[in-house]
Amino acid sequence: MRYSGLRVITEGLFGNRGWTPAWREPSPKAEYDVVIIGGGGHGLSTAYYLAKNHGITNVAVLEKGYLGGGNVGRNTTIVRANYFLPGNSEFYSHSLKLWEGLEAELNYNVMHSQRGLINLFHSDGQRDAFVRRGNAMINQGDDAILLDREGVREHLPYLDFGNTRFPIYGGLLHPRGGSARHDAVAWGYARGADRRGVDLIQNCEVTGIDIENGVVKGVQTTRGAIRAKKVGIVVAGRSSQVAAMAGMRLPIESHILQAFVTEGLKPVINHVVSFGMGHFYISQSDKGGLVFGGDLDFYASYAARGNLPMVEHVMEAGMTLMPMIGRAKVLRSWGGIMDMTPDGSPIIDKTHVEGLFIDCGWNYGGFKAVPASGWCMAHLMATGEPHEVARKFRLDRFATGHLLDEEGTGSQHNLH
Amino acid sequence: MRLTCPLCGERDRREFYYYGAEDYLRRPAEGAPLAEWDNYLHLRDNPAGVTKDLWYHEAGCAQWLVVTRNTVTHEISGVELVAERKA
Repeated sequence: MRYSGLRVITEGLFGNRGWTPAWREPSPKAEYDVVIIGGGGHGLSTAYYLAKNHGITNVAVLEKGYLGGGNVGRNTTIVRANYFLPGNSEFYSHSLKLWEGLEAELNYNVMHSQRGLINLFHSDGQRDAFVRRGNAMINQGDDAILLDREGVREHLPYLDFGNTRFPIYGGLLHPRGGSARHDAVAWGYARGADRRGVDLIQNCEVTGIDIENGVVKGVQTTRGAIRAKKVGIVVAGRSSQVAAMAGMRLPIESHILQAFVTEGLKPVINHVVSFGMGHFYISQSDKGGLVFGGDLDFYASYAARGNLPMVEHVMEAGMTLMPMIGRAKVLRSWGGIMDMTPDGSPIIDKTHVEGLFIDCGWNYGGFKAVPASGWCMAHLMATGEPHEVARKFRLDRFATGHLLDEEGTGSQHNLH
Repeated sequence: MRLTCPLCGERDRREFYYYGAEDYLRRPAEGAPLAEWDNYLHLRDNPAGVTKDLWYHEAGCAQWLVVTRNTVTHEISGVELVAERKA
């Protein structure tokens, strides 16, 4: 069924009885050309682009819970392309271009809103760093505008401009940055993949990976064995566990990142605002809730909930930057499980097992990467060669020293 | 989360600095193959369940601790001094 405004009106006139499910619920077949483990944003977009770009439609996506029930449904939905390092810059630039055509591509409203992202700076040194970053973004073909203090005031009049500890010197505006509706991205890719023949199999947990003589043969699941010529592990949040089924030890430590949402308010924050000095960033969802977060809790965790010190820290940072939010009531908080790599950059690569591929290590930046990650993982699985914009996301780069350390803080799990 | 330091008693999480998995205690010998260093510095079991990791009692006794902890429930089942373990 194709979605359109006319369809919405017509269905409304006839009691909404004509809607059909967005995807089938097939039983797993005995064999597929490709099995993708993980029905989150990245897994679903990988399946979609395998079918769309490479004509590989005999594909199953195996999801242990429900589609989009992991980190794609537990994030703060920021979409941006403001990376600095060659290797990251072209990848996120590619991803943002895919975002810009995503709704037409998927015939699905993912509510992508390019409302502009402003990174604030509070010292001369920080301004220099953002000038450099902005130039890197422009060199990549993306957009960046340096705002002075008055420029920031025009956009964000509600900030505390009298703060003496963190005086606002200006901000780097990324006009094409913004946010999107996270669940809709998973659902849109799921529907698109299903329409091209991909089997989306929920409540199907992978319990083993079958390998013979160094070649992948399929997977064991809670719904029986499934043979496959190629298998992709796309399970950020559980990467270490699934990779261990293939005898791998990954350069990943799982950390928790908390986020918060307030009650729904009338439109008050029009941009995505990040306050790096306080580890705080905020935007307002289309539903009206202020969605904000801070830094990692900084200890290995799979708990999907954090501890109070970081809650306090985030609230303090928010109040420091924009005291007006003090009256908003926080409705809920949650924690996402982050695959933290030592250098803070992701992995899309082959493994030591022939036919087994892995897409993981998205740190706290996986949401905006969903389109390009799937695009590049599909390219890698279909052609056996890394996609041009993801060629530096190597699994072995820590051993070889070819790091992608965007923050320049060092190659250690607890530093990013 | 609160940790019970063997020297200082039960203290708030904020007094401690988290360093990483206890793999850091198994430093390869000088001249060890690169793969061993990669394993030591970067590769982790990263269990969803009981793990042992290193914490530093920064705002207390300045001792390094090995904490036995469940990464799913945040339950802490043991804290010992690195210094005693090595002895």
